[in-house]
Amino acid sequence: MEKQQIIESLKGMGIAGEINETREYPEISVPAETLHDTALKLKNSPEFNCDFMVSATAIDWKTHFTVVYHLTSSTFHHVVVLKTNVSDRENPEIDTLMDIWPAAEFKEREIFDLFGIKFKNHSDLRRLFLEDGWGFPLRKDYTDERIKELK
Amino acid sequence: MAAEETVKNVIVPNESDYIINIGPQHPSTHGVMRFETSLQGETVTHIRPHCGYIHRGMEKMCEKDTYPQIVHLTDRMDYLSAHMYNEAFCLCVEKALQVEVPERVKYIRTIIDELTRIQSHALWWCANGMDLGATSCFFYGLRERDLVLDIFEETCHARFLQSYNTPGGVMFDLHPNFQKRVKDFLIHLRKKLPEYDKLLTNNIIFRQRTEGIGVLSKEDAIAYGVTGPSGRGSGFSCDVRKIAPYSAYPYVKFEEKLATEGDSFARYRMRMDEMWESAKIIDQLIDNIPDGDYQVKMKPVIKLPEGEYFQRVETAKGELDVFIVSTGEKTPYRVHFRTPCFSNLFIINKLVSGLKIADLIAVSGSLDLIIPDIDR
Repeated sequence: MEKQQIIESLKGMGIAGEINETREYPEISVPAETLHDTALKLKNSPEFNCDFMVSATAIDWKTHFTVVYHLTSSTFHHVVVLKTNVSDRENPEIDTLMDIWPAAEFKEREIFDLFGIKFKNHSDLRRLFLEDGWGFPLRKDYTDERIKELK
Repeated sequence: MAAEETVKNVIVPNESDYIINIGPQHPSTHGVMRFETSLQGETVTHIRPHCGYIHRGMEKMCEKDTYPQIVHLTDRMDYLSAHMYNEAFCLCVEKALQVEVPERVKYIRTIIDELTRIQSHALWWCANGMDLGATSCFFYGLRERDLVLDIFEETCHARFLQSYNTPGGVMFDLHPNFQKRVKDFLIHLRKKLPEYDKLLTNNIIFRQRTEGIGVLSKEDAIAYGVTGPSGRGSGFSCDVRKIAPYSAYPYVKFEEKLATEGDSFARYRMRMDEMWESAKIIDQLIDNIPDGDYQVKMKPVIKLPEGEYFQRVETAKGELDVFIVSTGEKTPYRVHFRTPCFSNLFIINKLVSGLKIADLIAVSGSLDLIIPDIDR
């Protein structure tokens, strides 16, 4: 499917969210509450058939986090970007997508490890790379005491 | 909170299971990686990979560095596909700046990509043979790989981590010997690959240890995002060179090899076939390298326009994606690497559960895992 077609179809699906047409791939930003439903729709709709989660990551914008999913289809090979914002910095929490794409299990564990974003209903949410009690290094306000000592 | 998590870490799925740690220092893990394996007798019931032993915070480091500096970090992830990682990052920067590189650069990059793929698969072949007890494979595989590294040394001035790409082109022009040496190497490789088949592919012990072992279905490959030769061994058509061609791939004809069995031997065969296909691709390009510049003149300080950029590249292990978020500064706001080995690793519990512990080595070898690529 061409980009314009994808955008038309996304609008036709009645997803509650903003569609950004200016980037290379069509982007859709949804509120955190409807993230799981939108993801299910994208996977199950025969038009999109987004059955392959390529990557999942997060961005810290200081005021809020943006969680970014790159989805593609193993049959049509188009890329759709799904985004959601999490504004609570103290206790950020969104729904897990691991029941839709098993690949999300470890990508979400990585996000939890490096950003501290919790995923509701995740089967095994513990740190992946770092020890328990370590800070969340990819947050912009992360400071490491040991770096100061070195300086 | 911390105490609760620690308790969670030691939960054992079955009381009567015997737990054995394979790694962090074990020859078959090819790096620092721990498999916490639950056993019932000799049968594996569950396997939990523990990573992070060589986590360097690559993405955090990128936030402090300028774009030309980051290129030198990227090849430290999958050191066997170093050139492709450099290329992926440079392609993403070029896409953001809307720089069109000269045709000559595209050809050079693609030829070195394919040479990299051959040497990566050659090293995987010899290491996989040695894991399964075929010690002599190691010497033959390294022999071919060294010839590729010699070519790299002459042109890129580095054997292993070339850092040959820069945003906007490549660091040096091709060495005058390059074309002749590559052609000589391909003649040599085409003589030696049938020997590989004689030595290992048709070896009855090897076949019995890999055929029907660790079967990955196509559905699981897609759901878990297993890409590269490991995914194609299950029939998942995921070759980025075909789906979203970059550099000189639109100009060449090659076949995307697919198998349907999904066992360790199918994954093995995919890599052997890919070496032949890579040789074909180089054949089509090596005599037609266009004249021109090897580098576009770039600004001394590279600043990407505000936005988000995503570039997909096929490495020897699978799909690599670079995701750059820029706010218009000379350093990126956020960089994310979707590395192939990270996604390919976590299927291992599904593949190995129910098999004997010796099969774990055969299966993890067939996935071709590079540990720094998982930990980053």
